[in-house]
Amino acid sequence: MSDQNKPAALDRSDSRVRHDEGIGGAIRAFIDRVRSGDLGMLPVAIGLILISAVFASLNPVFLAPNNLVNLLFDAAAVGCISLGIVCVLILGEIDLSVGSMSGLASALVGVIWANMGMPVVLAILAALAAGAVMGMIYATLLNKFGMPSFVSTLSGLLALLGMQLYILGPTGSINLSYNSALVKFGQILIMPHWLSYLLAILPGAVMIVMGLGTMRRRAAANLSSPGLSVLLAKAALLTAALLIAVIYLNQGRGVPYMFGLFVALVVLMNYLLTRTKWGRSMFAVGGNREAARRSGINVNRIRMSAFMLCSSLAAFGGVLASARLATSSQQAGTGDVNLNAIAAAVIGGTSLFGGRGSAWSALLGILVIQAISNGLTLLNLSSSLRYMITGAVLAIAVIVDSLARQSRASHGR
Amino acid sequence: MATSQPIMRAAKGETILKLRGVSKQFGAVSALTDIDLDINAGEVVALVGDNGAGKSTLVKVLAGVHQPTTGSIEFMGQPVSIDNPGRALEMGIATVFQDLALCENLDVVANLFLGHELQPWALDEVQMEVRAWTLLRELAARIPSVREPIASLSGGQRQTVAIARSLLLDPKIIMLDEPTAALGVAQTAEVLNLIERVRDRGHGVVLISHNMEDVRAVADRIVVLRLGRNNGIFTAETSNSELVAAITGATENAVSRRRARKEDQEHFA
Repeated sequence: MSDQNKPAALDRSDSRVRHDEGIGGAIRAFIDRVRSGDLGMLPVAIGLILISAVFASLNPVFLAPNNLVNLLFDAAAVGCISLGIVCVLILGEIDLSVGSMSGLASALVGVIWANMGMPVVLAILAALAAGAVMGMIYATLLNKFGMPSFVSTLSGLLALLGMQLYILGPTGSINLSYNSALVKFGQILIMPHWLSYLLAILPGAVMIVMGLGTMRRRAAANLSSPGLSVLLAKAALLTAALLIAVIYLNQGRGVPYMFGLFVALVVLMNYLLTRTKWGRSMFAVGGNREAARRSGINVNRIRMSAFMLCSSLAAFGGVLASARLATSSQQAGTGDVNLNAIAAAVIGGTSLFGGRGSAWSALLGILVIQAISNGLTLLNLSSSLRYMITGAVLAIAVIVDSLARQSRASHGR
Repeated sequence: MATSQPIMRAAKGETILKLRGVSKQFGAVSALTDIDLDINAGEVVALVGDNGAGKSTLVKVLAGVHQPTTGSIEFMGQPVSIDNPGRALEMGIATVFQDLALCENLDVVANLFLGHELQPWALDEVQMEVRAWTLLRELAARIPSVREPIASLSGGQRQTVAIARSLLLDPKIIMLDEPTAALGVAQTAEVLNLIERVRDRGHGVVLISHNMEDVRAVADRIVVLRLGRNNGIFTAETSNSELVAAITGATENAVSRRRARKEDQEHFA
């Protein structure tokens, strides 16, 4: 921008647009976005701070490193389920049966691996395949018969629960061996310190390298960039936050591998949603299905992929849950699992109305949900109260989503 | 524009699309009956007709949105069936729908390239943005930012984005359903210029409009539909009363009666 003789960048030739440059500009643009109802991750950040403050004042153990490590162990399973929910929510659909699907997956692992003595990998694959088939059924019901996903998955909820009870048989619960790799993975395996620090630094480094590459390519194509200062500030903030978190967790047991796996899945999903044609098509179908169809997108196939991913991730979450609890029982996947998974996605900023969302919302949302659940458990509150409070939190999240949507509409976004 | 086109390009005047006896029924309603239509390269065909004449239905049949009940469609001399919108796009029939069919939650670049993104597994955002700006420049479009969601654009800007999108794939035929209805004076002229530029490049253009002035300005042939049937083919030289008579189906119609009344009033004044 310093060179006066250079022609204006392609995207900077319209004088009516304010161009936000540098860190000040980035902050100003952020405030504008929030005002117009594009809240992004703001509700989550505020929610997490509020929750931590309240629970820490009621019981100091809440913020103890080892409690947070436990929280991360617990978050991974439902987090995976929530990641699948993000996929169907982006399409403007819903899957209410993810809890039962995870329960069935956990039962399948128990029966095939512990009871029948087959290899554990085979059991996990069977659970994932069951999820994929279930997703295929929902998508077919929607594509061929126009059955709303809300109804088909509600009936699926009951059917899958029945299947879970059927294959578990009269004993009702199967214990998984504590010495097995699966249960160790779900309960005790922790990253070595050096690996956790390395992984904390990695995102910032990747951000800078990719950011510089993009800046170079944009400059070569005569397009403007937000500027080096913004990139460096973002990377520094991210690295600092991650390092502080990891150092704190390493005061306790450390960072669980299981949580690392969950984050890796989130990163992968984020790439698929934002950097591939498939992801673009997902948002297009969620935003305007007819427009997507007329652009040549195969809407039925996109729906099929979303429902299959959702149910498979729910099944995978069920496998992780069985590893975490070292058991496959009739209780797996019942109670508040369904609601927690959906609430996490919505709290994290994925809209129930379709067309808006991100993979990160599963990660951030599940941290909020798990923090509430963990804090209430520490206060020795009965599950009756926990259910009521979690229900209220979901209601608030949906209200925030609706209000933000109305605000976006009135601000023309 | 002078660069040679790599794809098979029809010679000027050659028939690209030929419809014979195309009918479309929605239940008991016959929206189209026995429609014949030729679309030639380097020619602008205007489809005119009153509300409910079947213009939009015909466009949707050609765009693969609706399937004809009976009749044959020939594309470049080959009989084809346009089963879905993707098939129409592959063949080289691009459409700007009346409702524009844009995704409001996506930005301009994403909408332009929707369904045809560069590098499906690692989207080339930079290249797509550059091509978006170049295309919009060519159309003299006034879009403030291609990274804003469509929801924040005005009606005219959305129209321009929709037209730009139809040109992206270098189609053989481009169909515009009421392209100037939402536009201002200058932008209407731009769109008409654009239609002529597209025609001169050797594309076939189908234009639907209620605005006779626009139609006369650019159309080589004016095809009149009435109640879902062909009702004559005219040229820009045809008189207005003749066109109106064909559109309304009678020399004695609301428009002629109104004109007669005005003339009478002037006569007695």
